[in-house]
Amino acid sequence: MTAECVECGGEISLADDTEIGEIVDCPTCGTELEVVDVNPPVLERAPELEEDWGE
Amino acid sequence: MNVGMLYSRIRKDEKLLLSELRDRGHEVTKIDVRKQQFNVSTPPAVFDDVDIVLDRCLATSRSLYVTRFVEAYGIPVVNRPETAELCADKVKNSLALASAGVPTPETEVAFTKESALESIERFGYPVVLKPVIGSWGRLMAKIDSRNAAEAILEHKETLGHYEHKVFYIQEFVDKPGRDIRVVATDGEPVAAMARSSEHWLTNAAKGATTTAFEVDAEVEALVRDASEAVGGGLLGVDLMETGDDYTVHEVNHTVEFKALNETTEIDVPAAVVDWLEERAAETVQARV
Repeated sequence: MTAECVECGGEISLADDTEIGEIVDCPTCGTELEVVDVNPPVLERAPELEEDWGE
Repeated sequence: MNVGMLYSRIRKDEKLLLSELRDRGHEVTKIDVRKQQFNVSTPPAVFDDVDIVLDRCLATSRSLYVTRFVEAYGIPVVNRPETAELCADKVKNSLALASAGVPTPETEVAFTKESALESIERFGYPVVLKPVIGSWGRLMAKIDSRNAAEAILEHKETLGHYEHKVFYIQEFVDKPGRDIRVVATDGEPVAAMARSSEHWLTNAAKGATTTAFEVDAEVEALVRDASEAVGGGLLGVDLMETGDDYTVHEVNHTVEFKALNETTEIDVPAAVVDWLEERAAETVQARV
């Protein structure tokens, strides 16, 4: 499946097992994108890194 | 069973767990905590059919609160909020380890620049200053001189959030270029790896190289004790070698294991799900 980058409009291929909540990088502009839906696939800009993230 | 997975980002770790759970025929309810409202009396409807909740929140603040809510709703949650609280904050983590007699680096906390500097001078250089909340080796300082100490303390005091004014000062452990990460379930080691780097920080997130590490009897005992000190659960126990012994510098409660899974022969997500199935069975039995 494919989706459109919200930053540059480029086409992004997504694996069939892509999950809502995954992050993908746009191969054209490098923007980090969050998968917010898979049927059909929809991408949004991923949230910026927060200080309390991580294990 | 139906596993509720708390998340805000599906990393490779969560994907491995999702795939293992679904392959075994379990239902998974993915719960994006950003989209929920947590009422103090009534659970959100998304929890209705869930048998056990697995906290995989990326943000520590959310993990701390949501696990409290889930426990208050009477739904079993791993890890438990008490464990999250003891692991999320380095001060509480160090206190728990030291109180349980687990060897851990010498650590002091001070609340002003002046008293922190006194502590630092007493430790001698190099010395380590860490944020009380944080991960992936971020904002860690190895301080080599009084000039550097004064500058870093002033910056933290002036620019930082109030948590950065809790100065967590720790002895610098001259480890042999690596530390050890053990993933454990209720104190039983699942798999372990050494993380090596020429940099003093050896976090995998900082680009350390990883190799499988064979857990010896001493590490096994330390992992068991460290796990017990924070209330058990699915944990990442970090140790450093100090000559012939080890010291436990941290226990992590939302442990990432993708690097470990790629480094060792052990199927880490399978072992985690084995344990989760046992935990779910125990809690169901306890409710009957």
